[in-house]
Amino acid sequence: MLGVFLLQSQSGPSGGKAAPPRPAKAVSKKRDEDASTDVGEGADEWTAAKTLVKPPDQLELTEAELKEEFTRVLTANNPHAPQNIVRYSFKERAYKPIGYVDQTAIHFSLNGNLILKDSDEGRRQSMRSAVSEKASLETSAVISEETEIKDEEGTEDTQAAGEEEAEEAGAAEEAEAAEAEEPPPPRVKEQKLANQFNFIERASKTLNNPLRERACQSEPTPCKNFSATANQWEIYDAYVEELQKMEKSKEKEKTKAQIAKKEEKKKGRKLTSLESQSDDITKISKAAKIMERMVNQNIFDDIAQDFKYFEDASDEYRDQRGTLLPLWKFQYDKTKRLAVTAISWNPKYKDLFAVGYGSYDFMKQSHGMLLLYTMKNPSFPEYVFSSESGIMCLDIHNDHPYLVAVGFYDGNVAIYNLKKATSQPSYKSSAKSGKHTDPVWQVKWQKDDMDNNLNFFSVSSDGRIVSWTLVKNELVHTDVIKLSAEGTTMQGPEGLQLQTLGCGTSFDFHKKIDYLFLVGTEEGKIYKCSKCYSSQFLDVFEAHHMAVDSVSWNPYHLKVFISCSSDWTVKIWDHTVKTPMFIYDLHSAVGDVAWSPYSSTVFAAVTTDGKAHVFDLSINKYEALCTQIVVAKKKNKITHIQFNPVYPVVIVGDERGHITCLKLSPNLRKMPKEKKGQEVKKGPEVEIAKMDKLLNLVREPDSTAGK
Amino acid sequence: MTELENYLFSGIPIRTTLDNSTTVQYAGLLCQLTMKARSTVRDIDPQNDLTFLRIRSKKHEIMVAPDKEYLLIVIQNPCE
Repeated sequence: MLGVFLLQSQSGPSGGKAAPPRPAKAVSKKRDEDASTDVGEGADEWTAAKTLVKPPDQLELTEAELKEEFTRVLTANNPHAPQNIVRYSFKERAYKPIGYVDQTAIHFSLNGNLILKDSDEGRRQSMRSAVSEKASLETSAVISEETEIKDEEGTEDTQAAGEEEAEEAGAAEEAEAAEAEEPPPPRVKEQKLANQFNFIERASKTLNNPLRERACQSEPTPCKNFSATANQWEIYDAYVEELQKMEKSKEKEKTKAQIAKKEEKKKGRKLTSLESQSDDITKISKAAKIMERMVNQNIFDDIAQDFKYFEDASDEYRDQRGTLLPLWKFQYDKTKRLAVTAISWNPKYKDLFAVGYGSYDFMKQSHGMLLLYTMKNPSFPEYVFSSESGIMCLDIHNDHPYLVAVGFYDGNVAIYNLKKATSQPSYKSSAKSGKHTDPVWQVKWQKDDMDNNLNFFSVSSDGRIVSWTLVKNELVHTDVIKLSAEGTTMQGPEGLQLQTLGCGTSFDFHKKIDYLFLVGTEEGKIYKCSKCYSSQFLDVFEAHHMAVDSVSWNPYHLKVFISCSSDWTVKIWDHTVKTPMFIYDLHSAVGDVAWSPYSSTVFAAVTTDGKAHVFDLSINKYEALCTQIVVAKKKNKITHIQFNPVYPVVIVGDERGHITCLKLSPNLRKMPKEKKGQEVKKGPEVEIAKMDKLLNLVREPDSTAGK
Repeated sequence: MTELENYLFSGIPIRTTLDNSTTVQYAGLLCQLTMKARSTVRDIDPQNDLTFLRIRSKKHEIMVAPDKEYLLIVIQNPCE
């Protein structure tokens, strides 16, 4: 107990006022009570609590301070009452403190309903309760009371008004009750006192219609986002489309052949049905083609670079000799067994060349193929045509570079149209239409005849030179000439004179003189013929001892032609002179010879031992400038050679079905040197002059010898 | 050493020899580039048109051949 008290007094200074100790005392009393109740349980705690238990935030005081005594005085003052209220005194014109301050502290106030019995209000109420049966008096009394009450309302305090409002409410309730008890009581006319306190408001309210919103919305027009670009080329495309539409409509108006249209439509339908079944690749054929070429270019990049730019610098040190640089090699699976029998460059597309495949072997005759390669794609041919019989020769039309005339081993001729997708020839001769009875060794296109029909010539071992004309989609043949071998008329039975025919193996038409052409035969003779004379030759040259493999007019000089034969020789002739101008022995059977397109004195020959020989007569009359083995394997005969009309390349075909493309080194392509001060003349005249010079050199000794 | 892919102009691969994810990536990117290249070429001269597009990088060469409906893309490793 003591201990507890001490605690509280110590907390006194922290409080600082007289007020806290009082509630603190009450609290301490409560604590005592708590402690007393807990004695039974916390006896140990109580004994332990004898030692002072300090709350953690207790002030730390010294011993002297602890022993300090404080006096406590109980007064009747209201601790909450202010002690220093001042009031303004008008007399002294200053604030003066009030002497006495009310010390009453109201702890609790409650407004009560009790009123003194003897007071006015008490009496009234008792009267009311007693006279409740007399309705009219009561009502008037009530009304008057109510008015009195109302009068008094304004003047009395709020406290009293509160009481009276309660009374009024009670009075009103009594009045209502009284009225209810005695229905329709005769009412005394109420006197309405009109004064400022008797305010009546009257108002009326109209019916407010409930508001309803009604709206109508139309369907929004469908919106779509559209974006596009308007470039120059889009505008151009739009115009082009328009133009095409207009053109189409014009065409439709013009061509009213419905039958033809129907046919086209049928064909069109067939094609589309086929396309839908076929692979996707065909749809991107154009793109695939370009891509193939590009891929090839990448693969054979160095070759392409060589082709375009490489010029062998070592030619300077080679003393006039030249070389052939191998470039691309063209081969195709299906032609591995076949020999190259004909090569020809396309006159329009300078990188495209046609190759005919067949077999020279009499015993082993199989099918033939016609392939067209382009230098841009060495891996795969552009066009592939197959045939039953081996192809022996081919020629591409100058004006229509999509028409290829072909001669077969079985004596037929055919025309292939490259524009059409079929692999079969467009037109083919047959036994009925006068095909040859022996292999066709050479075909050549001629100028269109007077009816603008295409026509070409063919020469064959059966001794006939036939002119074929394409009349109304059919090949019509005309025998131009029959090569009757001179002096070989035989006595047949019944005295008939049979003439054996010579076997033509090659021919060539003069570039300028249209009717003049040369024919080489198996007997080694070269006949100079004219288209006009069908039975007689203009001239005969005893050219070779064996079959003449190739004859060719010089592209520049009008009189000169060259011939080669299996008797190992190449001979250059002037067609006015019976004996050859130049003879070259190449130590092996010569398969083909060709003039170069850029110079009148350069020609190339290929032999069966795999070598290619290039001659330039203006530089060296006796020897080849270049003799080079061109094919890889031995026992591979080269069959044909052709110069490219534009680029300095030659293509060489061999027996194994390979085509090799070679580039001519600079020494082989020499142009006439410029003399200082003189202009270099270019053109055919120069070439002709060159040749003439050579011929003169050769001719004079001949003419003197002849004399 | 070459791989081949086929695309529609919309960028969906039709046929490919590469794995699908690479194909789709190439498709999207190269489609846009081709459009841009074609637009460039034709803006300069509307009568001209793009035939081929080649992108040579350190590792390989990408070749794009656009067609009317399709796009053919070939990725080639250099032969050097």
